[in-house]
Amino acid sequence: MEEQKKNTEEASAQQEPLMEVQNITKRFPGVLALDNVSLKFMPGEVHAVVGENGAGKSTLMKIMAGAYFPDSGELYLSGKKVSFSHPQEAQAMGITIIYQEFNLLPERTVAHNIFLGREPSTFGIVDVGKMNKQAEDVLKEIGVEKMISPTSLVSSLSVAEQQLVEIAKAISFRAKVLIMDEPTAALTYTEVNLLAGLIGKLKDRGMSIIFISHRLVEVFDIAEKITVLKDGQLVNTVNTKDVTPADLVFMMVGRTLDHYFPPLGKPEDFGEVVLRVKDASNNFLKDINFELRKGEVLGIAGLQGSGRTEMAQAIFGVVPFKTGSVELHGKAITIKSPSHAIKNRLGFVTEDRKAEGIIPMQPIRDNMLLTVRSTQPIFGAIHKDGIRKSRNLVPTLGKQVDIRTDSYDREAQFLSGGNQQKVVLSKWLASDADVFIFDEPTRGIDVEAKAGIHDMIRVLTKNGIAVLMISSELPEIIGMSDRVLVMWDGHIEGELPAKSSEHEIMLMATGGKKDNKYQSLAVAGKE
Amino acid sequence: MTASTIPTPAGTTKVLRSLWEGIKRIPPVYPVFFLIFIILGFLSPSYQTANGITAFLRRTSPLAILAIGEMMVLASGGFDLSIGAIVTLVVLGSSLLLNNDPAMAFPAIMIMLGLAVVIGLVNGLVVSYLKIPSFIATLGMMLLVKGGALYWVGGAPRGYLTENWRAFGRGYFENVPLIGRFPYALLALVVIGLISYFIFHWSNFGKQVLAIGDNVLASQLSGVKVRLVRVITFVISSLFAVIGGIMIGGFGGVNVTIGEGLEMQSIAACVVGGALMGGGKGSVPNVIFGAFTMEAIFNLLNLLGLPKPYKDAVQGLIIIAAVAYVVLSTRKKR
Amino acid sequence: MTTTTVSGNWFKKFLRSVRIPPVYIFLIVIFLGGGVLDQIFSDGQIFTNQAIFINIIVRSVALGIVAVGQTLVIVGASIDLSVAYVISITAVMSSYIMQGEPANVPKAILVVFAIGALIGLVNGLIITKLHVNSFITTLGTSLIIKGIINATFSNYTGSVPKSFQYFGYSTIGPIPVAVIVLLVVVIAGWLVLSRTKFGSHLYAVGGNVEVARLSGLRTDRVIIGAHILCSMTAVLTGLFLVSRLQSGSPWVGPDGLYDLESIATTVVGGTALAGGKGGVWGTLAGVLIFGVLDTVFNQLGVNPYLKTVLRGAIIVLAVASYTYRSKKEAA
Repeated sequence: MEEQKKNTEEASAQQEPLMEVQNITKRFPGVLALDNVSLKFMPGEVHAVVGENGAGKSTLMKIMAGAYFPDSGELYLSGKKVSFSHPQEAQAMGITIIYQEFNLLPERTVAHNIFLGREPSTFGIVDVGKMNKQAEDVLKEIGVEKMISPTSLVSSLSVAEQQLVEIAKAISFRAKVLIMDEPTAALTYTEVNLLAGLIGKLKDRGMSIIFISHRLVEVFDIAEKITVLKDGQLVNTVNTKDVTPADLVFMMVGRTLDHYFPPLGKPEDFGEVVLRVKDASNNFLKDINFELRKGEVLGIAGLQGSGRTEMAQAIFGVVPFKTGSVELHGKAITIKSPSHAIKNRLGFVTEDRKAEGIIPMQPIRDNMLLTVRSTQPIFGAIHKDGIRKSRNLVPTLGKQVDIRTDSYDREAQFLSGGNQQKVVLSKWLASDADVFIFDEPTRGIDVEAKAGIHDMIRVLTKNGIAVLMISSELPEIIGMSDRVLVMWDGHIEGELPAKSSEHEIMLMATGGKKDNKYQSLAVAGKE
Repeated sequence: MTASTIPTPAGTTKVLRSLWEGIKRIPPVYPVFFLIFIILGFLSPSYQTANGITAFLRRTSPLAILAIGEMMVLASGGFDLSIGAIVTLVVLGSSLLLNNDPAMAFPAIMIMLGLAVVIGLVNGLVVSYLKIPSFIATLGMMLLVKGGALYWVGGAPRGYLTENWRAFGRGYFENVPLIGRFPYALLALVVIGLISYFIFHWSNFGKQVLAIGDNVLASQLSGVKVRLVRVITFVISSLFAVIGGIMIGGFGGVNVTIGEGLEMQSIAACVVGGALMGGGKGSVPNVIFGAFTMEAIFNLLNLLGLPKPYKDAVQGLIIIAAVAYVVLSTRKKR
Repeated sequence: MTTTTVSGNWFKKFLRSVRIPPVYIFLIVIFLGGGVLDQIFSDGQIFTNQAIFINIIVRSVALGIVAVGQTLVIVGASIDLSVAYVISITAVMSSYIMQGEPANVPKAILVVFAIGALIGLVNGLIITKLHVNSFITTLGTSLIIKGIINATFSNYTGSVPKSFQYFGYSTIGPIPVAVIVLLVVVIAGWLVLSRTKFGSHLYAVGGNVEVARLSGLRTDRVIIGAHILCSMTAVLTGLFLVSRLQSGSPWVGPDGLYDLESIATTVVGGTALAGGKGGVWGTLAGVLIFGVLDTVFNQLGVNPYLKTVLRGAIIVLAVASYTYRSKKEAA
């Protein structure tokens, strides 16, 4: 017995890495993205790569997938040296990368997407039946053939389902190495669990799974090894079981983030009710009832599709409530449009800053002043940094939210995700909103910037602003909320006090006492 | 005590470098225009005289004004294909309305401006409320206006344009110090240019136009009144088309094809002037010079004695070349 | 986390499952409406006279053929404004070469198709290699072609032999040859788009060129191919027109508004200007709508200029019927 165990240990110690990078260095104009990084990736293993924005994770993954060419260093696949001049070559050799914004064509079918460029054909004529069958086979391999049909249009699928299509695509390439960039950022808790299960299955087939993530909870749940990069350099590669999240954060930023979350509010911090929603409904939402007080952070938790964003959109006038009443500062009001909402001092930091928050080609300063200017007369003269009443808004707010840039003339699209989110935040500060709705405020943002935004949210509340915060990250909900509303199926399932456990929140988010498959998953997952 | 007044070698390089940075940022339309204009000056000395230059500017004013209006629509992410037809409407319709009666000049102009507002409103409302892509909406409007104009005058030019009406395009201020004659048309361009510059670069309107063209969803969610702004851009575009049309009718003859192709020429002028198709970028002075560049090229071709038929061919080549140049130089900057 | 509200309309679901583009409803409505007006205000021949009915389709052939080509290009998120002048140069060149001699017909056909392919190639190369957008590129090439036509052929030249008029005028049984050609072109276009690798790649390039590139598609070749095919359909239209007019005039392309109308009918038919979706059957319906309108107007004796006015209005209304319910802001 001992003999056998020792042999397996030796065997695994001598196991060949499936993929190896050695001494990889990559420079971009003005920045050293990767500095002499060497890593081994083993088959049948899930390996996470973490680090702040700019640490080099994305660059490294892109080099491995053939999208970038290293300035120096080598890549080895199954012990053989390889070099790619196009991602397609890497893919043909079994390395597939799935980006955060999927590479799918929404208006084409699942089968067409999976086999794009490799359609089974004779003399240029595609055999659609064969292609659909092959797509179905691949979907079977990952066990989702019941969920997804090869002839569905990708645009009709949910984000999680689209990700499964991407994975199916990778499988169809006989991928041995699967690289995923922020795979869980847009998924709900349940979907993450399903993905984790799938990753487990792929791992058992001997694939090497590598993923980048900012969500440390999932990193700890899913990965066996974690590599930390900082400023283009390898800090360390550790076994997950040997470290704690705090250790990780320390390696990533080089200092302890003492308060992973700022302290919650105390009862004396909360003022009068500023927003009261009573029996409000529309096509999607039913019987919404809640109150929001000055100075508090009201967390909104729930699974995808539970109606959180819809509720935010209803309050903000994007898709207004049809029945019921809304009271702002005691006055009954029906918000009919975003413009109307803004006039009533509501602010809405949406979940998709690229599509809904930032005006990419315009300078940062124009982004920051966008909302406040929309309340001014249309042909009124503009001031470079503000409005007539406050001419220095831009530098003042920029400092307040800590935007890191060399000039406010820079086009907003060139900022990092964290900085862009700060620009969006400053836009609402400029408009003097006193009720803020945040929808996934720190999605896709690195750890340090995340903490910065959390601190800022607390500062807002200290200044008497009321905050409604929607989040899919349970640690964020638990760490930031003075109270939590849990939504399910278009209505508010219940309210929980501060510091509730993930288990309690999840139970409510999955329909409370009703017994269903999500619930058992949730219960099983959180033990 | 203070920094020495003699520039040190290091200091000079710094100054030179920032000068070079500044030069690199100049939109390409300006050096291209001045280069062509200088060549024109070599080939035909009249381009070196005040008279020659003002004559050139007078000829180009209508296109420049049309281009400014078109630019605002382009910057908001749309197209206005109806402006050529509006010019046709203005010339044919005014000719009929005036019928050689100078007293009708003012009413005729007012009627045309009124029509412009209606056309612009319809364009804007159709795009905003029926959600039709502006390419299609203004294409439909173009057919409508062209057909309507021809129907109104019965298919052939009728009536007669009076001298006072034509003065806007043709006339001059006499005895202006230093320059001699100053065309009314150029004054119109200057006035419109200044007003446009103000509303586009110095007022909320311009910033909102760019925002809408860049990311309409984010603009909406930030409270920009997207529909209102859009309608205004179309109204401005139509109004400027009428003004340009009056100037064109002023110094040209009246015929049924007078507005043909002007929308394409304006769009070309805009693109040469750095406006992005798809929206998000645009500048009034740049497109004015875009129009100047186009006209300078046409004049150059004339001077080079290119037989008229070949003119179109070379025009086409130059439009492509000009835009390719702008695109390539922008790509390098990124 | 946004949701799209799907209309519960069972009729629409039926249409979608059979994949008939919604524009066909519009076509039927216009046809019936026009027929009714014809009954009331004119001699009601649209419903009774087979010749007039067939004429609707014949009027559609010229536009229909080139619109199929334009649809291919638009699916690829490109646009071709030069088709009108390709039609003109085809008309002029072919009748010049033919000079009324049947023996010259094959040579003429070869030459014009070669010219068409060349123009398409040039368009495609400028768009993909010089990165000039398709609007400007094809605007430029159209002017170049216009210049060449004007410089080389100043008037009606040459003529078409009777044998070639077969294309434009003869029938096989009750069905004109021209209509058969149109159907063949539409079916060919449909097969190319839905059943070939090229078509699949064209949708990809039009839908998201980055995704296409990352999947290793040769995006340049796809666009160039689409432009070549489009120019060749324009050539075919030119040949059809010349066989009906018996000689080639330089103004036949722009006069017929083939550039803007091929675009309009494509969009009316449901192919989005932004590319990546749509198809030729919708375009065919769009073209037939114009054909019906033309015939109805003729029957009712409507002033030709008013025809243009109404055409403009119909384009807007037709497109509005599917866009007004969309939630996205148009541009």
